[in-house]
Amino acid sequence: MSEAVLTHHDDHHHGPASGITRWLFTTNHKDIGTLYLWFSFLMLLIGGAMALVIRTELFQPGLQFVEPAFFNQMTTNHGLIMVFGAIMPAFVGLANWLLPMMVGAPDMALPRMNNLSFWILPFAFGMLISTLFMEGGGPNFGWTFYAPLSTTYAPDTVTYFIFGVHLMGASSIMGSINIIATILNMRAPGMTLMKMPLFVWTWLITAYLLLAVMPVLAGAVTMMLFDIHFGTSFFNAAGGGDPVLFQHIFWFFGHPEVYIMILPAFGVVSQIIPTFARKPLFGYDSMVYATASIAFLSFIVWAHHMFTVGMPLAGQLFFMYATMLIAVPTGVKVFNWVSTMWRGSMTFETPMLFAIAFVVLFTIGGFSGLMLAIAPADYQYHDTYFVVAHFHYVLVPGALFSIIAAVYYWLPKWCGRMYDETLGKVHFWLSFIGVNVTFFPQHFSGLAGMPRRIPDYALQFADFNMVSSVGAFIFGFSQLVFLYVVIKAIRSGRPATDRVWEGAHGLEWTLPSPAPYHSFTTPPTVTEAEAHS
Amino acid sequence: MASSSDQATYYIPHSGWYPIWVAVGSALLLFGLGSWLNDLKAETEPSRALFYTGAVILSVVLFAWFAKVVNENLEGLTSPQLHRSYIWGISWFIFSEVMFFFAFFGALLYARVLSVQWLGGEGAKGFTGEYLWPEFEAVWPVISNPDPAVFENPRGDMASPGLLSWGGYLPFWNTVILLTSSVTVHFAHTAIKNADRTRLLRWLGLTVALGVVFLFLQVEEYVHAYQELGLTLSSGIYGSTFFLLTGFHGFHVTLGTFMLFVQLVRAFRGHFQPKDCFGFEASSWYWHFVDVVWVCLFLFVYVF
Amino acid sequence: MGLGLAAAARADELNMTPGVTQISRSIYDLHMVIFWICVAIGVVVFGVMFWSIFQHRKSRGAQAASFHESTRLEIAWTLIPILILIGMAFPATQTLVAMYDTGGEDMAVEVRGYQWKWQYKYLDEDYNSTFSFFSNLATSRDEIENRVVKNDNYLLEVDEPLRIPANRKVRFLITSEDVIHAWWVPDFGIKRDAIPGMLNELWTVVETPGVYRGQCTELCGMDHGFMPIVVEVMAEEDYDAWYADRVRMEEARHEALSKTFTPAELMEEGERVYATFCASCHQANGKGLPPVFPALAGSPIATGPLSDHLDIIVNGRAGTSMNAFGNQLDAAEIAAVTHYERNAWGNDVGDVTQPIDVIEFMSGKEAEETP
Ligand code: HEA
Ligand code: HEA
Ligand code: CUA
Ligand SMILES: [Cu+2]
Repeated sequence: MSEAVLTHHDDHHHGPASGITRWLFTTNHKDIGTLYLWFSFLMLLIGGAMALVIRTELFQPGLQFVEPAFFNQMTTNHGLIMVFGAIMPAFVGLANWLLPMMVGAPDMALPRMNNLSFWILPFAFGMLISTLFMEGGGPNFGWTFYAPLSTTYAPDTVTYFIFGVHLMGASSIMGSINIIATILNMRAPGMTLMKMPLFVWTWLITAYLLLAVMPVLAGAVTMMLFDIHFGTSFFNAAGGGDPVLFQHIFWFFGHPEVYIMILPAFGVVSQIIPTFARKPLFGYDSMVYATASIAFLSFIVWAHHMFTVGMPLAGQLFFMYATMLIAVPTGVKVFNWVSTMWRGSMTFETPMLFAIAFVVLFTIGGFSGLMLAIAPADYQYHDTYFVVAHFHYVLVPGALFSIIAAVYYWLPKWCGRMYDETLGKVHFWLSFIGVNVTFFPQHFSGLAGMPRRIPDYALQFADFNMVSSVGAFIFGFSQLVFLYVVIKAIRSGRPATDRVWEGAHGLEWTLPSPAPYHSFTTPPTVTEAEAHS
Repeated sequence: MASSSDQATYYIPHSGWYPIWVAVGSALLLFGLGSWLNDLKAETEPSRALFYTGAVILSVVLFAWFAKVVNENLEGLTSPQLHRSYIWGISWFIFSEVMFFFAFFGALLYARVLSVQWLGGEGAKGFTGEYLWPEFEAVWPVISNPDPAVFENPRGDMASPGLLSWGGYLPFWNTVILLTSSVTVHFAHTAIKNADRTRLLRWLGLTVALGVVFLFLQVEEYVHAYQELGLTLSSGIYGSTFFLLTGFHGFHVTLGTFMLFVQLVRAFRGHFQPKDCFGFEASSWYWHFVDVVWVCLFLFVYVF
Repeated sequence: MGLGLAAAARADELNMTPGVTQISRSIYDLHMVIFWICVAIGVVVFGVMFWSIFQHRKSRGAQAASFHESTRLEIAWTLIPILILIGMAFPATQTLVAMYDTGGEDMAVEVRGYQWKWQYKYLDEDYNSTFSFFSNLATSRDEIENRVVKNDNYLLEVDEPLRIPANRKVRFLITSEDVIHAWWVPDFGIKRDAIPGMLNELWTVVETPGVYRGQCTELCGMDHGFMPIVVEVMAEEDYDAWYADRVRMEEARHEALSKTFTPAELMEEGERVYATFCASCHQANGKGLPPVFPALAGSPIATGPLSDHLDIIVNGRAGTSMNAFGNQLDAAEIAAVTHYERNAWGNDVGDVTQPIDVIEFMSGKEAEETP
């Protein structure tokens, strides 16, 4: 079937309300998705601007641009804003836009709560960012906020930071509940689990990860709150606690968190590559199982962030082995993507370019991750720029690239207009070069022994830092090109067809472009052609 | 795993003002609480205005929101599918609550099995104790802290006196009370199923009453701890884990009791049909969850 | 592209150091092995991919095949990586086990992190301190703030390095006074967090004498970037000689504490202490460098009541470069330098400050501070 019949049942309004209230009061999955996406882009700019402050200070040895105290606030807030403000909301935004269209539903399962999940965020981040302007300054203890630096020795504003995290957590939990309910309960007849597009699968599993670890993070900050204000001693040895306890709780959340930022990315890439290879995804089932095993493993590897805290040998070994194992299911994914391309009939529009860059650069980031997993070697890598290089490779050309790819890929469906392909390619090449110039040298400065989170460094690290800073500005400003391309498309792009891409499969492409305000008001029939692509 | 969806009766709610006001309310509430706490820490006159404003907004809006949902249901707008979504919703919400408690149980376990042992000179990192805390003994409950100058020692603990003397042991009776209340709430449910309003009211009322009694005894318990035993939040890791675990549980019991109370009021109003009593069921599931958490508490905080 | 960069830079800027211990070398080997394995896998995976990207493009008229699964392949590329990983796990495990083999040491040093400096305590057989000292960053503000050219050891130099003998097994007991720090000497291949209230252990045997540098590697607040680690590994006999006089110095100090000195002795010792700890800012002539570094000659503090004067020396002044010398100098030194400041450069308060005055002052302070 090509078009879904669009008869309006008793669904109370036929189009968006007008004016600001449309956005404040909306219960529509597309409006909310749009809000999420713009919000996360704003956060990308702010967090990115902070990164640029960092890179400017690190351009040369010596202190020239900011005070060490402020530098630490930049590092901390950069990390927090990028993780919780840019990457995660962007994926939730994609979920909002796409899940109902992909499973053949009119909207998300719990539309009002959906609105709440979003509108909490601006307040949470408002609270977080406002601390930067309070006396004593904002959070300066790293995005991992290890006690006691984040408790006994923290600025007073840590209290607002803590409540900010509570709010973000609440938002994520409600968001995941909504996503789970939508996927398990709103699928069109015939859309069996093993027919769902991989983006839906990866988000279903991600939602479970969120449900399992966000409350644990809330627990961690709550213990901090009590250590700070009510004299408890969870993280204080003088009272029988242990600062390392904080790290265990944090990383029990923190490691799954990093997969929360990559599983939906896997989903996106698994949608895009088959489209432009004009060939069904290779090994759909194994992709699903691989995702599930990654999710499972992510619960038993957290202490690989803590190899240097002095764990007993047995613990050290266990977490090393478990961590290495994750390479296996992740590898399966990489191999499946490559085999999907193999003997396809490939074209290289912007989304495909970003998807291919994702596969290559994420894998490189994965390799450095595997090196970090080797506990004895990690004694030399830990808390150096080698780690910074690792996680930027998996996060920037990983998570962030997949988000950009997704926007290029689905934008025509969203707004009914094509983006400017040439500019898109310009944006890609600028980003691709920029990201490598920024982060590749950090492997070297890390191996040469440059610690993280320092505003000034010894002379032998100078060359690489200079290169890295230049790259940062190239990459950063090329994101403004992205902004321009998107706005141009929305304003004046040429109209897009319903199918948009020659090789595109999936229910969302059976809808007209732009997609109607309520995706499917009568259930579509799921044909083989549209099933799991 | 229901995948058949009854589109004909899709209910897509009007856009509404509740959610954003909940966001505003909770933001004000938490920001207010933050500045309040900071003022206390700085020993300046606390400013509570924001906090109360937030609290008021939040409670008003939540009331309106839930009222709206209830009325929609009475108007018959709730499709079987939306009903299933609600069920998924509350179940996974309860799961997230379980994980919240998991964090605190984890902390308790870590303290007992690892950090206290090490500080007391035992286990794989026992040298820590021998070298840094020679006086400290690894015993649980921790009655004398590694550094009593910083964390004042309690005079006693809440640990179980042993089966035989459970007769006079409050936590035991609290356990009995909660377990009973789980049963009574179940009877209330069957009452709904049999459309027997009077028995519903009786059993549900009894459940709420039991909840209140539990809370009352819990308060007694805290007063005893603070006054007779000098066991406080700041008396080291034992007090920390004890009060946060039992405290957050108590908080959830309060919530659960309130939820059940609301259902009681609705029962008076005759809201529940044998086929349609989600509000009640949700509250009772929550109640069972609170009950299970208590059993774990009783075992790991009090008995073992 | 990365390789291009690589070529551009000096080797020691590029890769992990092989270091100067058994452990550091085996870590280095491990690192290289994993690195090359990853490179190999990368070459294969990306090779296949780019071949396909080149060959199977629509513009070259490629027709899409329709195959989309193969259980055999899936099993293959699950098992092969597992085998590779098992291969990696063996050497990794061996190295790790070797690292955990503490005990049987020839000597032990307690390493204690402070915001933002390190304290080294040399311990005797029963782990009691024989003597201890602080190791502060020695790089000048001028270099950090780019007023003068930076020397080669910029940010990696300290006023007094940790000294250990070559070829002896040294055991480090690592802990912290305030927040978490981490003690890392890349050339030894050892890194461990310094955790307040907790103790971590490390050991090393260094073969070649020399000076080795590292940095704090756990974010510990504002000056995390400014607490370097310098270890001078000495030939055994040199070390023993150095250790002997360090112990003698220590004994001298101890008796000094109970002694009362003549003003002349105080002036002499005071001048020495002043020259090493104070003169760089307040200048040898006591005129300081106003406005940043106040003059002491004729200053209200140095000529005012003794308690205020002691207070600023012992507790320093927050937010300025005036350190709290209370935990860096002993009572005798503080007494001497105080006396000196009160009676040099035409300051003629004329009173005499004895170690006992300082001890009383400091114990009084503690009494106030304990909550
Ligand atoms: C999207 C986020 C993301 C992802 C996907 C990963 C993926 C992985 N990470 Fe990473 N990691 C982070 C984000 C991420 N990480 C962050 C943010 C930090 C720093 C936190 C902080 O301290 O601030 C971090 C830190 C970090 C550390 C701690 C370093 C330290 O602080 O000392 C370690 C150590 O084990 C690690 C390991 C791994 C491993 C083994 C993987 C694996 O999942 C990678 C698996 C993938 C591959 C291996 C490549 C593809 C596989 C094949 C081609 C198959 C064949 C390959 C082999 C058999 C080798 N990561
Ligand atoms: C999750 C995603 C994510 C992303 C996308 C990024 C993006 C970037 N990161 Fe980030 N980074 C982290 C996550 C991320 N980072 C984390 C978790 C840490 C650890 C924090 C910690 O140690 O606690 C970290 C730490 C970190 C460090 C180490 C800091 C330190 O240890 O002291 C550095 C240093 O170079 C760095 C650089 C960059 C750069 C150059 C980018 C670039 O990709 C950014 C590109 C820039 C833009 C996209 C901005 C565009 C803006 C403009 C063009 C200017 C106009 C601005 C306005 C109008 C407001 N990051
Ligand atoms: Cu000390 Cu970082
Ligand atoms: Cu991890």
